[in-house]
Amino acid sequence: MSEASVTTVTPQAAGEKDGAMRADIVLCGTGGQGTVLASRLLATAAMQHGLPVKTAETIGMAQRGGSVFSHVRIGEGVAGPMIGRGRADLLIAFEPAEAVRQLGFLKPGGTVVASNRAVVPVSAMTGGPAYHLDEVMSYLRTTVDRLVVVDAADAERELGSAKVLNVLLLGAAARTGAIGFTVEDVGRAMHACVPERFWELNDRALAYSERYV
Amino acid sequence: MHKEFLMGNQAMALGALAAGVDVVAGYPGTPSTEILDTIAKRNPGDVYVEWSVNEKSALEVAAGASYAGARSLVTMKCVGLNVAADPLMSLEYIGVKGGMVIVVADDPGPISSQTEQDTRTFAQFSKVPCLDPSGVAEAYAMMGDAFELSEKYHTPVFLRPTTRVDHGYEAIDVADPDEYQATSPEGFVKDASRWVIFPRLSVRAHADIERRNAELSHELSGYARNRIDWERGHGDAAPKDDAAAMGARTSRKAIATHGINYTYVRDNLAEGECRVLRVATPFPFPDDLALDFLQGVDEVLCVEELDPVIERALVALAGRRHLDVAVRGKLTGDVKPSGENSVEYVGGVIDKFLGRGEGRAALAADPAVGAAEPPQLPVRPPVLCAGCPHRASFYAVKRAMRGKKTIFCGDIGCYTLGNAHPLDMCDTCLCMGAGINIAQGVGHVEPDTHCFAFVGDSTFFASGITGVVNAFYNQANMTLCVLDNATTAMTGHQPHPGTGWTAMGQKVTPVSIERVLRAIGLTTVETVDPLDLEATARTVARVDAEPGVKAIIFRSPCVFLYRPSAQSHVDPARCVGCQRCVKQLGCPALVPQADGRVAIDGSQCTGCTLCEQVCPTGAISGGVRV
Repeated sequence: MSEASVTTVTPQAAGEKDGAMRADIVLCGTGGQGTVLASRLLATAAMQHGLPVKTAETIGMAQRGGSVFSHVRIGEGVAGPMIGRGRADLLIAFEPAEAVRQLGFLKPGGTVVASNRAVVPVSAMTGGPAYHLDEVMSYLRTTVDRLVVVDAADAERELGSAKVLNVLLLGAAARTGAIGFTVEDVGRAMHACVPERFWELNDRALAYSERYV
Repeated sequence: MHKEFLMGNQAMALGALAAGVDVVAGYPGTPSTEILDTIAKRNPGDVYVEWSVNEKSALEVAAGASYAGARSLVTMKCVGLNVAADPLMSLEYIGVKGGMVIVVADDPGPISSQTEQDTRTFAQFSKVPCLDPSGVAEAYAMMGDAFELSEKYHTPVFLRPTTRVDHGYEAIDVADPDEYQATSPEGFVKDASRWVIFPRLSVRAHADIERRNAELSHELSGYARNRIDWERGHGDAAPKDDAAAMGARTSRKAIATHGINYTYVRDNLAEGECRVLRVATPFPFPDDLALDFLQGVDEVLCVEELDPVIERALVALAGRRHLDVAVRGKLTGDVKPSGENSVEYVGGVIDKFLGRGEGRAALAADPAVGAAEPPQLPVRPPVLCAGCPHRASFYAVKRAMRGKKTIFCGDIGCYTLGNAHPLDMCDTCLCMGAGINIAQGVGHVEPDTHCFAFVGDSTFFASGITGVVNAFYNQANMTLCVLDNATTAMTGHQPHPGTGWTAMGQKVTPVSIERVLRAIGLTTVETVDPLDLEATARTVARVDAEPGVKAIIFRSPCVFLYRPSAQSHVDPARCVGCQRCVKQLGCPALVPQADGRVAIDGSQCTGCTLCEQVCPTGAISGGVRV
């Protein structure tokens, strides 16, 4: 994965025509972590730029603590909402083992933004395959060139809430330049999708994401 | 018109409202549920909408509305159509007056269903016309098309999205409420020769249906959503006639596909790379269009999910017209027979078919991962939520029946998850309501087995009651366990007859499960709070010992229905690290720490107290039962 030919989308300056932008983003995590809202925020940011967008969500039984994913496809020339393996520009993982599980979707040279907080499934405590967080993290570090690890525990201490992980991950992702949106774009989308009483907390999370530049 | 970012299911709902639908009925089931949820939410006020007791009821309610000239919509998941099959088969013979659309959401994978059945095949069997959308915008538009078709030919019409269309999102143009079509149902007009099914009517209707479907096949060949992309395509550079001159003839190849697979095909082809037939009406099949498509083609690859419907239709056409064309797909082993397709899977199949070599297939096979061996990952099957009362119910029965010869027949709902370790409390699961009858059957063969059937409250009303009548009247020996969490939880908390509210938002008199059971004739009907472990286990042991059919209602609300007032905490000084709570209950809020002691995940704990009751050292406290 140490390809030099990285083809991430460059951020568009405000007011510039976004017509050429194309980005395929996979979000993943476990049921109940907020991947659906994050995908909604990305779609809203795309629409605020006048870009076509298609998404696909995991809805159903997997939402009861199972592995979930969202696909977000931004830009022209996209037939369907699903992203093929090896074709995503960016993988946003709410959970490190899920990052590894979905890593196959990433294209060579793609970017991964992942939380380092493990959600240990019941199966790992009751005789199923064990969860070795250290192995998972070191695999991500050795395999992914463009990896941003978000320290969820630190962020929770600093921000006083674990509920802003989704916006924090999007902020960190925006700062990598891999999705063509700025942190301000994510903020605008958040204001459009989230009730006003949560804006302050989420704005703080976006500001906090600066440390992941 | 305005633009909205919509899920496919929401798009179909708005499409139905735009078409002036008058009556909507359905039963929840993934991936179909949001259609009716959305209609209830976006109801302009003049639409009657109900969550019916099951799919059969829903279809019959809609049929009545349609007899009276109203436009009606029925929604269900793939296996729901099996429940509605009885009225559907006859309704096709009787026909409808007001337009009637039946949305059946198929589930390749299957992701949330028992079978991989294909409603396109059901359409052929029932002779009901079927539309198959490829995306969100098309699902919206096809709803209107389906109502038109239904009224023109007086037949119910299927609209059959699959999961990725149901749960895909797109920004699409939709009608404003003041643009919704107005309907004025004429009302029911008595005519026994039309509305009463008798053999004489049936034989005539059958002939009419076959004639109509032949006619429809012609008409649908001109339907714009059945279409051929790129008339010229793969192999056209070497025309057939010049083949000899070229030494080796280049085979002309084309692809036929449908639904979401059309997008997988398009995302794997360059502009104009290959002729593509997109079949939007699998039944009646657009024969004329398909013959145009096959013109001059040597090989066709059929890219389908579920049944090889297009493949069979093309094989039949080729045979009938003596066409020299090889039809490839599931029947020839070129496409896998089961499971969901994906962008990269379809890419690989196309690479092979077109001889594209390494290119894209290599990309699909190399998942951007280096040489390092990936670490072992934990498995993450769906689990009962922290605080779920079903966990307590299963655990109490397990404890009460320990050491006895038992069978625990499960059913469809969140509580199917009781099968997982460490509960292991679901020995069978077949279809809605089946567990109650299966328990009886096992009991007739093994009289010494203690037979239990677990059924949820919504499933009890949907198709459990007849099973209890059967058991009681036919002298079975079994214990019925109704897990009453006051909602239809798995599909997102729809009301059912026990909840006391309706999809119209009315507060109504709930149907009492206890009174239904007593009315059937059961004399032992106990109601317990499953979160009181000791009392529940005692009741189970006592009821099990009684002969005949008896019932226990485990009543405690789904954790989504209330805000917990307190959480449990572990006193580290008293926790001895035995992990009995973790190993016995498998609650996701119980997290073992590095030193072996257990901590409680505050983001999940509902304070149900079950772990407090299981802990041998009294180390856990603080929860409050709802």
